[in-house]
Amino acid sequence: MFKACGIHKSYPGVKALSDLDLDLRAGEVHALVGENGAGKSTLARIMGGIDTPDSGQMHLNELPYHPQNRAQAESSGVRMVMQELNLIGNLSVAENIFFDHLPNRFGIVNTNRLNQDARQIMQRVGLGDIDPGIKVRDLGIGQQQMVEIAAGLSQRCRIMILDEPTASLTDKETALLFDQIKKLQTERVGIVYISHRIEEIITISDRITVLRDGKLVATRPTGAVTSSDIIRMMVGRDLSAETCKRQRKPGQVALRVKGLSHRDKVKNVSFEVHRGEILGFAGLMGSGRTETMRALFGADRADEGKIYLYGADTPARIRTPRDAVRAGMAFITEDRKEQGLLPALPVRMNITLGRLGRISRLGLIDAARERAIADEYIDLLSIRCRSCEQPVRQLSGGNQQKVVISKWLHKDCDILIFDEPTRGIDVGAKFEIYQLLGELADKGKAIIVISSDVKELMAVCDHIAVISAGRLVAQFSGQEWTPEKIASAAFSEYIKNPTQGHQPNEA
Amino acid sequence: MKHKIKNLHTAVKDYIGMLVALTALLAIFGLSTKNFFTFTTFRTIANQIPAITIMAVGMTFVLIIAGIDLSVGSVLALSGAVLGVCIVNFKLPLPLAIIACMGVGLICGLINGFIVIKWKLPSFIVTLGMLEVARGAAYSVTGSRTMYIGPAVEVITETAALGLSLPFIIAVVIVIAGQFILARTVFGRYIIAIGTNEEAVRLSGIEPGPLKLWVFIICGVLASVAAVMHTARLSSANPNEGLGMELQAIAAVVIGGTSLMGGRGSVVSTFFGALIIAVLGAGLAQMGAQEPTKRIITGCVIVAAVILDTYRHRLSSRKIT
Repeated sequence: MFKACGIHKSYPGVKALSDLDLDLRAGEVHALVGENGAGKSTLARIMGGIDTPDSGQMHLNELPYHPQNRAQAESSGVRMVMQELNLIGNLSVAENIFFDHLPNRFGIVNTNRLNQDARQIMQRVGLGDIDPGIKVRDLGIGQQQMVEIAAGLSQRCRIMILDEPTASLTDKETALLFDQIKKLQTERVGIVYISHRIEEIITISDRITVLRDGKLVATRPTGAVTSSDIIRMMVGRDLSAETCKRQRKPGQVALRVKGLSHRDKVKNVSFEVHRGEILGFAGLMGSGRTETMRALFGADRADEGKIYLYGADTPARIRTPRDAVRAGMAFITEDRKEQGLLPALPVRMNITLGRLGRISRLGLIDAARERAIADEYIDLLSIRCRSCEQPVRQLSGGNQQKVVISKWLHKDCDILIFDEPTRGIDVGAKFEIYQLLGELADKGKAIIVISSDVKELMAVCDHIAVISAGRLVAQFSGQEWTPEKIASAAFSEYIKNPTQGHQPNEA
Repeated sequence: MKHKIKNLHTAVKDYIGMLVALTALLAIFGLSTKNFFTFTTFRTIANQIPAITIMAVGMTFVLIIAGIDLSVGSVLALSGAVLGVCIVNFKLPLPLAIIACMGVGLICGLINGFIVIKWKLPSFIVTLGMLEVARGAAYSVTGSRTMYIGPAVEVITETAALGLSLPFIIAVVIVIAGQFILARTVFGRYIIAIGTNEEAVRLSGIEPGPLKLWVFIICGVLASVAAVMHTARLSSANPNEGLGMELQAIAAVVIGGTSLMGGRGSVVSTFFGALIIAVLGAGLAQMGAQEPTKRIITGCVIVAAVILDTYRHRLSSRKIT
């Protein structure tokens, strides 16, 4: 149905795609995989009309297809749901779904028909019990994603491109999405599915195309490859999750939290972390893991709770992030772009921000010393950038994350909190980060890792705590845990209290 | 050493657009009017420019933290009025009067900053309130009359070195100091970072509040320094002075390429922006343009400059990638 031949695309200084071929059949799910920067998103953007290729041919239903912009692509029936949601928070769900073709007469919107039509489409994507008049910003991020997909379905759709659609979905929402995808297949829609999650790809796709450095590695039927085959093709080498796990000897208690509470998000949470230990936090999205850490770090003011540091008998006073940082804590946030980085500023300024004292005298910054330190961390974490002067927003997700981590390493903290450190990061960089976590623990740092990927936690952590509906419901150590035990603990509070349990969502 | 050369190189590149624009303006006026390149023209420009430049330096800082200060025109009037009252009514010596005048600017900036930070309000609204309050206060301090001061303040303008007046020299010094603070100090780095992503700065363990407060204080104090220059030039304190001057200051900053979104800006460019506006005003006056024409052209120049700047910025960021 769709065919692309010899697509080239370069951005100044970077060859994003070279000589790429791809074909898509009606009713198939075609997965695109590859590390960040491999060219998946570029290819998707070209198909969706957002970028134009430098050379190469595309055909849609035997006809030449060269969209100049997104509107042209959409009028040919090619729709895209991007990683960054394209919704307007202050408008209703229905208005978002029909945004560019609101039913109207003389410019006055027919609200009744709008909501009726919206309800129909929402039912198709499993949002049937949501009021179409509700504002999008009041929905959870997973539901927002479904709204975006619904918007794609509201008009003729022959090709649907999904770029990391499950990055922020819960398991339940993912299952719903997969049902939808299957339904679309029966309607003969060709689906391009981009994801880092290999298990998902194996479950949902019919064929897999692997990209590396802008080039096609292979296109294979999904049944013919295993997940380790895919990883090998993506990174060009063997990797295994077990590499970074080592026997560690935990030292003294670095952090003891007692009865931490924040609004109804965090309820009486207590735990402790030792030096040289990695404590994982599992739980559903929106269960209060991030809120717990924010309250601990002083980013939100905790209502109750005591924090004891480094074995002290008197609780520490942590009311702002400044207090927390002074006490030797670091917080690598989940949302890099909004909370961790200065995107427009060069790598060097991002790395040194937390500790300008080290590169300055009497308030004057020593530029040479700053560059030297930045280069040191670029080297240490093998951050891929042109130089320390490159704006950090131009780096790939994994390298941006390394810049954030560098900032805290430069600050030299003893307690490091990582919130979803590998979200949106390619496989190769993930393993580098796991390794780094291990090395930090070996150096005697106390480490907390939040992750939605249970396997990831089991691979790197010494202990795993499970948060469910704001409560710390269970804690496992290496010998006891199984994915099933962790999952059932994660759901436990929601089952006990069904009114609350409908849709845990990040606020 | 190599880096120094590189710095100089990038510095020239940063300002080349402004220099070209300025030279072009000078050339146009020089060719189209007979008496443009005269001592009088340049003295007019040199006299007008210190107050607006100093005010615009403060504004640059505020815009870099993604704020705005609409009150500077009124603060100029109020601190000018206080200067006048101190000299005429209280017979204070000039230095003390200047200190009182700067104190007014400091307090206004402090109040602006405190309210913005404490109640997390948009600075647009808070300083809009201060615009009214300070103007009202200026009227009540002077009894709504223009107050003649005379030689007691004229000394400031009449002092000169190397043919340059004291206000002009002070303005240049403030520009250099401002650029230095922005580019080379920890404080400057923090405020650029705050303008880029305040939440990231806060979560890095740096409280943005006190830093932002300082920025508003600096802006207020510089507005009162501008008031001294302004009052000295007119040898009188008039509660109506500085009307709309905040917008001229913003125009100078924006022509210089500072972003209203924060995180990006340069004090030296602001200086060029102020020069361009002043040269434009003087040149158009020479050509015999009336006030309405002058304002229409100035308005177009402001917008055109910003359009050009977005192209320049896009071009340079493309070069990086």
